[in-house]
Amino acid sequence: MVKVDKLNKVAEQRHGRLGLTDEQVLDMYRTMLLARRIDERMWLLNRAGKIPFVVSCQGQEAGQVGASFALDRQKDFALPYYRDVGVVLAFGMTAKDLMMQAYAKADDPNSGGRQMPGHFGQKKNRIVTGSSPVTTQVPHAVGIALGAKMEKKDFVSFVTFGEGSSNQGDFHEGANFAAVHKLPVIFMVENNQYAISVPLSKQVACEKISDRAIGYGMPGITVDGNDPLAVYEAVKDARKRGNNGEGPTLIEVISYRLTPHSSDDDDRSYRGREEVEEAKQKDGIYSFADYLRKLNILTEEIETKMEKEIKKIIDDATDDAENAAYADPKSIYKHVYAE
Amino acid sequence: MPVMSYIQAITQALHEEMERDEKVFVLGEDVGVRGGVFRATEGLYEKFGETRVLDTPLAESAIAGVGIGSAMYGMRPVAEMQFADFIMPAVNQIISEAAKIRYRSNNDWSCPITIRAPYGGGVHGALYHSQSIESVFANQPGLKIVMPSTPYDVKGLLKASIRDEDPVLFLEHKRAYRLIKGEVPEEDYTVPIGKADVKREGTDITVITYGLCVHFALQAAEKLEAEGIDAHILDLRTVYPLDKEAIIEAASKTGKVLLITEDNLEGSIIGEVSAIISENCLFDLDAPIKRLAGPDVPSMPYAPPLEKEFMINPDKVEHAMRELAEF
Repeated sequence: MVKVDKLNKVAEQRHGRLGLTDEQVLDMYRTMLLARRIDERMWLLNRAGKIPFVVSCQGQEAGQVGASFALDRQKDFALPYYRDVGVVLAFGMTAKDLMMQAYAKADDPNSGGRQMPGHFGQKKNRIVTGSSPVTTQVPHAVGIALGAKMEKKDFVSFVTFGEGSSNQGDFHEGANFAAVHKLPVIFMVENNQYAISVPLSKQVACEKISDRAIGYGMPGITVDGNDPLAVYEAVKDARKRGNNGEGPTLIEVISYRLTPHSSDDDDRSYRGREEVEEAKQKDGIYSFADYLRKLNILTEEIETKMEKEIKKIIDDATDDAENAAYADPKSIYKHVYAE
Repeated sequence: MPVMSYIQAITQALHEEMERDEKVFVLGEDVGVRGGVFRATEGLYEKFGETRVLDTPLAESAIAGVGIGSAMYGMRPVAEMQFADFIMPAVNQIISEAAKIRYRSNNDWSCPITIRAPYGGGVHGALYHSQSIESVFANQPGLKIVMPSTPYDVKGLLKASIRDEDPVLFLEHKRAYRLIKGEVPEEDYTVPIGKADVKREGTDITVITYGLCVHFALQAAEKLEAEGIDAHILDLRTVYPLDKEAIIEAASKTGKVLLITEDNLEGSIIGEVSAIISENCLFDLDAPIKRLAGPDVPSMPYAPPLEKEFMINPDKVEHAMRELAEF
């Protein structure tokens, strides 16, 4: 038992030191797991011919959820990119909402079945609508933060994108704008090593994506994306800076994309299986579960119950979405302009 | 009623809208301390301060994109592109984002931004300070494109654009800035977006145009009146979406139609106007639809005789109107 006590002490030094309760870290884990299980179900549904397309979060849940939990999810704005199932779940989207989107049904809150999966948006949860051309959301995050500054509100805007996207002009233009005007923006690069088939080494020549921050006069840090607590800490600090009027922060979260780019991609043509297997060993979901198990926060009983509950949620969401109606074809003429 | 220039009407509209609604703000290059390179935002910085009259870094996609983000949040941004020719880096933000935000979110989000840009030639601006860019944006449902010709319309339409719930591209003819003067009411008023306006009643020929060319047509009409040619002139004012009803009515009235744009001919706004007339007015027409436009060369050159060759002017308009009347 001495051993457990020691570990508990260590725990206090980690999530406890960050101000997180046992309940909160368990909730983090549950959100990560829910994201993963939804994603896995979507692949099954895709391969069974039920849904036309999946673009995955697998391998990035730890960073997404760790970051989201560091934000004020009652007032901050999230501008996610297409892999951010963990972010949108943390911000209040439900498994049912996501299934409605996957099935492109009328009750999809993101777009009513107009957009492909992964194009998130839900105003009531301050999840800002996104498009397919990558990185366009970065200047939007800056504009929302400008609104915070102008209206003297204490929220921040949190925007994510991939390492490939950090080459787009909109990243550079947005980062510079936010830094010049000291706006409360958190730029989070989810560096999953691949932009579809092109590896990091062919995307950038700098050592770290976070090195780009110095060019804009803002702090840039790199953290382990498999460690939700490390990401939590980085985002928490960045949020504090933003709120204090100290401007934006660039956070690079290192992870690995465990699936092909999408359900239409075959990654065997551009990367070896050993590499993927090796990355799976470092999967943040497993390492975080281990951490929680060692502290007796995630007991066998809790884990079984959690998996069972999640399965039920996803089963119900899938059934609901499958049985839900498409939007009326005549509705395509609606909402071009305000009516 | 006070008489003011086209650009003074812009400044006044901005000033009044910023006074009326504190969510309205201006952003762009040189719009603050300098008051804009054309002086369109003169005095606003002094009155409303640097937070609401924001000098931005030199990056057009960010000017549009940051404006779009602020509009989604609930502000009423008026973004300025210093020259319409420089709007190209912002096209992705305007077309992929602003124009589609309401539609793609199924009406959950909206983007009430106004993007102002000075366009047009005849100012020795050469290829990259003279272009008409409206046709680049004129098949993007979700976007509105306003191109006023008179100070009265400028004030009313700019106010309407700022108050509009959707993105508006507000294109100002830079040669009209100081050349065109007119009466502008001091009180608050708006001019509806999407409505064309008859600028001259006539019975012999119909001219449909917009922007500075409206004035060329009005001048030519005065001259032609002495020759017994009575021209009807319709100012489109909004070039996207077009006021089809007004176009059909104006074309049917005389049966002889001249369409004028300063833009390159092929693929321009007047091609669509021509299609509307062809589809709806065949049995009312007494002559083929005639078009007068810039030539299909990339843009107008710098040297004065070369620029003159490209530009529409009152003489070219008068000639085309007479030819049509004589058909």
